[in-house]
Amino acid sequence: MDRMPKWADVILTPLLSLLLAFAISALVIVAIGESPVEALKVMVEGALGSSYGWGFTLYYATNFIFTGLAVTVAYHAGLFNIGGEGQAAMGGLGVALVLLAVPWPHWALALPAAMVGAAVFGALWALIPAWLQAKRGSHIVITTIMFNFIAAALLNYMLVNVLRPVGSMDPASASFAASTHLPKISDMALAFGITWGKNTPANVSFFVAVIACLLVWLLIWRSRLGFEIRALGKSERGAVYAGISPVKITVIAMLISGGLAGLMAINNVMGEAERLVLNAVEGAGFIGIAVALMGRNHPVGVLLAALLFGFLYQGGGELALWTSVPRELIVVIQALVILFTGALDNMVRIPLERIFAALRRKGKA
Amino acid sequence: MSLMKTLLAGASLSLLPLAAMADPALIFDLGGKFDKSFNEAAFNGAERWKAETGGSYKELEMQSEAQREQALRRLAETGANPIVMTGFAFGEVLNKIAPDYPDTKFAIVDMVVEQPNVQSIVFTEEQGSYLAGVMAAKASKSGTVGFIGGMDIPLIHKFECGYAQGFKATNPEGKVIINYTGTTPAAWNDPVKGGELVKAQISQGADVIYAAAGGTGIGVLQAAADANILSIGVDSNQNHLHPGKVLTSMVKGVDNSIYEAFKAGTDLQPGIKVMDLASGGVSVALDDNNKPLVTEDMTAAVDTASKGITGGEIKVHDYMTDNTCPVQ
Repeated sequence: MDRMPKWADVILTPLLSLLLAFAISALVIVAIGESPVEALKVMVEGALGSSYGWGFTLYYATNFIFTGLAVTVAYHAGLFNIGGEGQAAMGGLGVALVLLAVPWPHWALALPAAMVGAAVFGALWALIPAWLQAKRGSHIVITTIMFNFIAAALLNYMLVNVLRPVGSMDPASASFAASTHLPKISDMALAFGITWGKNTPANVSFFVAVIACLLVWLLIWRSRLGFEIRALGKSERGAVYAGISPVKITVIAMLISGGLAGLMAINNVMGEAERLVLNAVEGAGFIGIAVALMGRNHPVGVLLAALLFGFLYQGGGELALWTSVPRELIVVIQALVILFTGALDNMVRIPLERIFAALRRKGKA
Repeated sequence: MSLMKTLLAGASLSLLPLAAMADPALIFDLGGKFDKSFNEAAFNGAERWKAETGGSYKELEMQSEAQREQALRRLAETGANPIVMTGFAFGEVLNKIAPDYPDTKFAIVDMVVEQPNVQSIVFTEEQGSYLAGVMAAKASKSGTVGFIGGMDIPLIHKFECGYAQGFKATNPEGKVIINYTGTTPAAWNDPVKGGELVKAQISQGADVIYAAAGGTGIGVLQAAADANILSIGVDSNQNHLHPGKVLTSMVKGVDNSIYEAFKAGTDLQPGIKVMDLASGGVSVALDDNNKPLVTEDMTAAVDTASKGITGGEIKVHDYMTDNTCPVQ
């Protein structure tokens, strides 16, 4: 039976958690001698107050949608994929190899090819942990996190020794050809005569990410494979009894998860940097975990949570730029949001359930 | 709706002063502002400008490679002018974004970017390092000296090669041991590994070690002082870090170039600005901290070499022209 109305479960709980997180962040900001009101103002203005801020917020949100969906798919299979960071980094490598190997005449051709490259590299990076989990029972949390380090080392090696153009001192790949540059949202707006977000990195990948949300929803709740994934996630023994192979579903779910994380690279590598640089993922793989937790592993929730974290990320950058609030504190605020919405979820949920139960009793009486 | 209005009104109000401002801005590359070396020299130059003019400037410290473009765009967008950045790694990004902001002047240290609104400030590190090599040769008792570079890139090989040339010109029989900290920008900020490399070089007989490694150099100087051998600092004057233990520092006038760029403001002259020994762009630091270490013989040798370089009799080979070094 429902202990709470659905709106309270989906909206009220995360909102209260968020307010608590912000309240504690405000205390931290007061403690270092800054004004929390001022800080919030800078963050809101910097991230949402102009189309320029929105351009960056959407750009970051795009990254987080992909990594959040990656965590979501694995979560429904009962797997905790911590390796989004490494899978997204490998996706970047896939994008760079595809775009540098073939002289693409137009971005519309290059984008699907780059997506395949990104997804395949990301998926393959998830394959080994998945296989180890399915066949050997090696815990996926441990293996995926280890694979993050391997991916970072491999990327280092590739950028320093293989992809670095001759004569360049920077460990980064050559720039991709101009014909592969993705249209920015600002360019699209300009085509309609609207000046929006000039010089921001938000690009057509955002729409790909939104479509990916829809496809993940169809996969999880409207497909046979999704049913099998959810069945495995709810109870492995039940799934086996229903004739579902845990090995097969574990591997498939992780391949999809890794592929989604890898797809992030069309945004940051192909869309923004237009070349592969070191540390291109910038922690988006880990933020994806928080996004999925906060979005309650539903694509719509992921989309909203990704926008929130996009705001935190961009607003945080502004805060570091315009105030003396140190950048590290932004990480503290993000961590508090994660803590309250993810780990301490029940702290808000259980009292809320009690309140609603009490209200209901009153209503009946 | 009214909330939205309040928010928007607030936004436009407080954005006004930002838009009207034309303060200069300084971006520090990876390695950190207080690396006691390259970035800190830039910081000192900016602070000197601030103290003298009473103006204010924006500064930004890079935390990751992927932020460079956003940081640069963000500063350009807010109207900061000129925007000065330290480090070759900004080259590619600046080349991409400079045409988008034709009214903004940029300056980049240690890299040449050919855009009509960019000033490229480069130093003849090989000349300063040559003098450091001469001093190392005079100070070394074992005849073996060391060089510890940060990231293994041609720019740092330029330091290494100048140093080796100066050393060999003074002591043709001597030996230079060369190590690099790493191949990624993380090598600029790894003092622990710098210290380990010092120990390895000491075991091979080195008794003077030159560090051209940004923040890693702090570890090199510390380990050398602990082991009671001499070290040579870089970029900033680092003689004071361990008085009596640092033979000298190969000072790059990064502070002066930042100061001048800020002072020029929006009139910053685009093009390549070469800071060499003759113009005081590079030098070896002599002060009270290293006075007891510098013999008259050494001073004489450095003077002769400086005169030779500025007069043109001594040609110090620049590694970056052909990626080779005439001496090993």
